[in-house]
Amino acid sequence: MTLALDTLGRLESEAIHIFREVAGEFDRPVILFSGGKDSTLLLHLAIKAFYPAPVPFPLLHVDTGHNFDEVIEFRDRVVAQHGLRLEVAHVQDWIDDGRLQERPDGTRNPLQTVPLLDSITAHKYDAVFGGGRRDEERARAKERIFSLRNAFGQWEPKRQRPELWNLYNGRHRAGEHVRVFPLSNWTELDVWNYIAREGVELPSIYYAHEREVYLRDGMWLAEGPWGSARDDETLLRKTVRYRTVGDGSCTGAVESDAADIETVIAEVAASRLTERGATRADDRLSEAAMEDRKREGYF
Amino acid sequence: MSDLLRLATAGSVDDGKSTLVGRLLYDTKSVLADTLDAVHRASADRGLSTPDLSLLVDGLRSEREQGITIDVAYRYFATPKRSFVLADTPGHVQYTRNTVTGASTAQLAVLLVDARKGVIEQTRRHAAVLALLGVPRLVLAVNKIDLVGYDEVTFSRIAKEFTAHAVELGYTEDSVLEIPVSALAGDNVVERSANTPWYTGPTLLEHLEDVPVEPDPHDAPFRFPVQYVIRPRTPEFPDYRGYAGLVASGTVQVGDEIVVLPSGIRTTVTKIDTADGPLDEAAAGQSVTLLLADDVDISRGDLIADAGNPPEVTDDIDATLCWLAEKPLTPGARVLVKHGARTVQAIVTELRDRFDEQKLSSVDSPGSLKLNEIGRVALRTAEPVPLDDYSNSRRTGAFLVIDASDGSTLAAGLVGAPLPVMDGVESCTEGGVTAARDSHALVSPGP
Repeated sequence: MTLALDTLGRLESEAIHIFREVAGEFDRPVILFSGGKDSTLLLHLAIKAFYPAPVPFPLLHVDTGHNFDEVIEFRDRVVAQHGLRLEVAHVQDWIDDGRLQERPDGTRNPLQTVPLLDSITAHKYDAVFGGGRRDEERARAKERIFSLRNAFGQWEPKRQRPELWNLYNGRHRAGEHVRVFPLSNWTELDVWNYIAREGVELPSIYYAHEREVYLRDGMWLAEGPWGSARDDETLLRKTVRYRTVGDGSCTGAVESDAADIETVIAEVAASRLTERGATRADDRLSEAAMEDRKREGYF
Repeated sequence: MSDLLRLATAGSVDDGKSTLVGRLLYDTKSVLADTLDAVHRASADRGLSTPDLSLLVDGLRSEREQGITIDVAYRYFATPKRSFVLADTPGHVQYTRNTVTGASTAQLAVLLVDARKGVIEQTRRHAAVLALLGVPRLVLAVNKIDLVGYDEVTFSRIAKEFTAHAVELGYTEDSVLEIPVSALAGDNVVERSANTPWYTGPTLLEHLEDVPVEPDPHDAPFRFPVQYVIRPRTPEFPDYRGYAGLVASGTVQVGDEIVVLPSGIRTTVTKIDTADGPLDEAAAGQSVTLLLADDVDISRGDLIADAGNPPEVTDDIDATLCWLAEKPLTPGARVLVKHGARTVQAIVTELRDRFDEQKLSSVDSPGSLKLNEIGRVALRTAEPVPLDDYSNSRRTGAFLVIDASDGSTLAAGLVGAPLPVMDGVESCTEGGVTAARDSHALVSPGP
């Protein structure tokens, strides 16, 4: 064996170290798990960190109700396969009892923040793992691996702690919690290369498939409970895949023939668009869209 | 050759650091089309005729509004030769806080100066902080070389002055390189410039791709902070008891004799486990799980070390602190010390001196240590801690000082006095610094 770790080996080792620090220092950690590729990778690394013991944390999914069926099916299958505990916060429940109101545009991604914070409070979670990466977006580039949130779940960029060496400071006061990002230093290409190397299974919609889609704001959207094509929009059958999975109303597919992991990697490597910019309408809202949502308690 | 380089950038306000980093990302084609479109749009909105590359990196709204960088930002780019993790540290207010953060994990630092101004006070301070934190290599990017008419004499004068300063700090001449660049025009950042025919060295990117990265400290004695005890208690693994952690330095093999600190219990390694199967040997940087021959009492916070070469176990720490909090440090302060995976209570019993990183001299017995100041202290801990000198290990020689009441990080702690110029030289002059030069040794880099 060789003792020098390659880039993926280093990233894996760093993520495992982070999981173990949290297990050692916090009382009630939880992993945010949507069935998307970043959270699936997160879970894969957590399983490796505690092998041969089971993962000592439950999972939490804030479900917009606008998810693709393939992703929910995958989520439930993975949870059952590893004997994990999954808590689901349904955004619909918050809408039904009036705590949240549906937005005029029908998008529910921004509505996830309140159910997330309510769940954190109700379950007294003190560490919340997320799959965020610093390469995704400019405001995320300034995020710490251990990110302190106040009682309102807010990110205060100016109150961030300096993060030195690999010594993480997870101390927090009652009511505060820490968001933890083990994938901080991974790039989109690292994620795909690692998924290939480890043979991690993903929901099928990450790979090319045929789907009826319509073009809106430069994105290929699919019909679903979240909405359908307007009269001036035409449904077309196309070969597409998804680079991110989220609220169906604002997550677009890209035209692609990449039907397996090797071709996806080749496509990502050659891509001229970031995954968020290409397919997430919610990140296009303003120059500071992500920063604003993070300040409100979003990931 | 390693395929990953961690680097930090440092520079003063207006030296063009965000532009340089933006240029590196832009010229390595690490900026994707939609991000670039957004920068073109924002630049046009501001009435600029060319894209402002600093907009690629200034992430927060207040940064874009003020045209400054506030917080450390991490950037990722890659060439066919290497992947890079770049900690972009702002240079104005809180420069120590940010530079210390970026430098703590860096294998190389790029310092910027404005060719019109040369080496200024802040350049000297930044270099001293980088040396203190043990960054093994420095690059001085002499920026805005176009604004001095690509003048060789100006560049040579700055380069000579900087090398002399770096050598005072303990660097060898071949671990320092100066490069004439224009971040705005792109000279010598990625592409070699026709405007500086007198410069025969590498471009900045060529240097970053080819510079030897100090290997992980495999030769150092074995150190393994125990993070977590893995006890599955499942039908398949009823009696499994493994100690999980990341190898901080050195290597470990099955059969090695180890000592558990602070208890001092000795035993041997029977298995090195991972989710991918057991290993015969593990080395610095690897996360593994150790199984031991005897059923000994080990918990999170203990340190497993080479039995033949253990660290000192002490409750009396001689250390250098980089103070990072608004609230100043005064003698008698009660704090928490986080070292490896162990957090212990401590009292700062003495504030011995303050290091002036501009003059490279020390001020005796200061009354307090304020934000961004560096000082030498004595700490007494409630329990003994196994410590290495920071000069020998950037991992087990480092610790955090934490406020017990609100949990904030107060200081970066370095065991001992990592810069020889800090040691025993009072109000030193140029001559005093020179005299201490021979004993300099740069610290070994961490993984």
